[in-house]
Amino acid sequence: MTEAASPEQLLFASTAQAFLEKEASLHKVRELHAAGTSFEPEWWRRAAELGWASLLVPEELGGGSVSGNGLEDLALVAELIGKSVAPGPLHPVSTVLAGLVETGGAHATTIESLMSGETIASWAVYEPGKPWAPLQPALTATPTARGFRLDGVKDRVEAGAESDVLLVVARTDDGIGQFLVPTDAAGVTAETQASVDLVKRYARVSFDGVEVDVAAAVGSAAQAPALIERQSHVASVLQCSEVVGILDTVVGFTIQWALDRYSFGRPLASYQALKHRFADLKIWLEACRATTRAAVAQVAARSPGADMAVSVAKSYVGEHAAAMVQDCIQLHGGIGVTWEHDLHLFLRRVTLYRSMFGTPEDHNLHVYALTQELEPAS
Amino acid sequence: MTETEYAPTTESVDEFAARARSWLAANMPAIDPARPPGVERGEEGPWLRARELQKRLYEGGFAGICFPRAYGGQGLPIAYQKAFDAESRFYEMPIILNTPTFTICCATILDTGTEEQKRQHISAAIRGDEVLVQLLSEPSGGSDLAGVITRADRVGNKWVINGAKTWSTSAFAADYGLLLARTDWNVPKHEGLTMFLVPINSPGITLRRIKQVNGSQEFCEEFFDGLEVGDDAVVGEVNKGWDVASRQLYHERRAVGGGSEFASGIGAEGTTDVPVNFAALLQALGQPDNERLQEMAGRSLVHRAVQEQLIDHVYHGVNDGSLPPAAGSIIRITHAETHQLEMDTAMAIAGSGGVVDTGDGLIRYGQRFLSRQTASLGGGTTEIARNIIAERVLGFPREYAADRGVPFKDVKRNRA
Repeated sequence: MTEAASPEQLLFASTAQAFLEKEASLHKVRELHAAGTSFEPEWWRRAAELGWASLLVPEELGGGSVSGNGLEDLALVAELIGKSVAPGPLHPVSTVLAGLVETGGAHATTIESLMSGETIASWAVYEPGKPWAPLQPALTATPTARGFRLDGVKDRVEAGAESDVLLVVARTDDGIGQFLVPTDAAGVTAETQASVDLVKRYARVSFDGVEVDVAAAVGSAAQAPALIERQSHVASVLQCSEVVGILDTVVGFTIQWALDRYSFGRPLASYQALKHRFADLKIWLEACRATTRAAVAQVAARSPGADMAVSVAKSYVGEHAAAMVQDCIQLHGGIGVTWEHDLHLFLRRVTLYRSMFGTPEDHNLHVYALTQELEPAS
Repeated sequence: MTETEYAPTTESVDEFAARARSWLAANMPAIDPARPPGVERGEEGPWLRARELQKRLYEGGFAGICFPRAYGGQGLPIAYQKAFDAESRFYEMPIILNTPTFTICCATILDTGTEEQKRQHISAAIRGDEVLVQLLSEPSGGSDLAGVITRADRVGNKWVINGAKTWSTSAFAADYGLLLARTDWNVPKHEGLTMFLVPINSPGITLRRIKQVNGSQEFCEEFFDGLEVGDDAVVGEVNKGWDVASRQLYHERRAVGGGSEFASGIGAEGTTDVPVNFAALLQALGQPDNERLQEMAGRSLVHRAVQEQLIDHVYHGVNDGSLPPAAGSIIRITHAETHQLEMDTAMAIAGSGGVVDTGDGLIRYGQRFLSRQTASLGGGTTEIARNIIAERVLGFPREYAADRGVPFKDVKRNRA
């Protein structure tokens, strides 16, 4: 949460937190996993009633936020979700909304049903066998008499099999475009892909001659790169925010463990070798928080530095988060590698996020390229 | 303590920045921030130059932006200093006066000094008339600062100081130094210390330069042989010197990480501090498009950017109470780690050209690598800083100390 939270924000945060504690506990996550369920649509409708899917939507389209800064509020929800690695489609729905709201009222009906939680949407951007390259789709959208025909395959689509509609990145005659495609359209087949997370599921989705009408296009070809960048930014800062919530929780209970656990008649927290490891954990935690907040603020403000700030945060958080949770496992001892202990639930989520929407290494390259534009070699 | 009361100002930050912009253009020498003039902190020239530039800032009303007006400053909040930093990037600034003069010594005098000391020394520093340094570490040991054995004995109405100090940053260029000495040997170590503000060019002080691995001669050691000072040289109270030293350490941790509102101007504080231009390095290697090297460089750039964000985060966190003051040690450590990663990355990218002079200038990365640990040692080791974070930020148990509660005269010291 930002330092200067208003009473409305605090109420929003405490309501979200109470809902998550009651309805999305770690126990619940284990139950869903045991039942082979990713999330319950009814649960998501209730989350949507709390306003989670309306934060990025401007008031004229029926949305709104408590602070006036919807992305910061959304990042706060993501951070709270991290505390219990809660299930649900907050990220894919928000990412799709981030694109749709840029096109004015053109997709008002879809936006409305996303806000209510009735509809689940996801961004179909990755393609099989290829790394993170959102601007280089091979899937094609060919003009037809009444609209477009989509041919190709996407994969690593979060909640793809659970979604009602997908925002598909495609190659067009004019360059790149994005299209809203209902998953029950003829020619769409989704196949679930398991992830390292207990409840987050992905899908490989084939588009075989899928016909959509002209209104399915989201923005013009000229707008597409900016929309895709915006969606990538929102997806990335939500990931980083959730990871900050995870790290805060895991480092917090590992510190408590070190204070409570005694060996050789003294608490673990009294050993200098361990104190120094905890100091590093605290340093990295604050650094992850600092860089995530900076990225959220810049994306929210649509600042020219947003692209740099997002890659900096994605790289730094991605580099450190999984290593930090592994450290916490080490500091717990053998209990840390059991299925029974909750540590692996957190480790799974941060490991998943490390590599989605660009690895730290991908973002390092991007930061280098952006720096070179700002301060050339000669 | 350092809660400066800000004078009400009718000028907005933007208006202040605009005024600074035109004043800087008319009065300060322009530089290319990508190629700042190399400042060798171990030489006399840059210090004389810095005093002259500081005087110009003072005359223009842009010196001591966050220091109270009563002591020659502008009494403005940090937002004005940040705005001035942004504007002054394109001009030659007396950046070497920031640390330790302003960020540590003046900040501590502001917290703990007498009204007379504040009026005299803070003002003189802001005018460019005085350079201040710290005389803390001793040859007998570094991290255990409260264990100093330089002594100040009461003789008549004077204090007579005998002993030795070392690692005094830029003491050769200074007018005054904050000197920590033992004034009572019959009490535990923290309780028998007093801080003195001593004139460096005094009979009774012999100063010698220390030559470092990189050739720098900025650091000094001083020998005190019957140096006499009066009661007006005492900062804080007699035998309460540890309180003063603690403020210095607090300010030093913030300053070393780059989080002090009393620093003016941004940019390298000396030639060893200039950030690596990785694009230029890849160009010099003839490998501008090598993705492997670009990725390594990119990682270092990411860490550099996060260091800036972390400075801001910790500064505001300490101010709003969400982080304890000891959290300043966080940026002290990350400063060292970021520097280390940058040196290691440059060294790795430079390859054999970094260790054998093949005429392309890459050997300077090898040379800088040799002094890499300086950032992890200066201003207190990163090991001590990790103890501080564990004990004073996380609340973990303190390390065992054999000298706790023991009269200092009975504490065991170095063998021979």
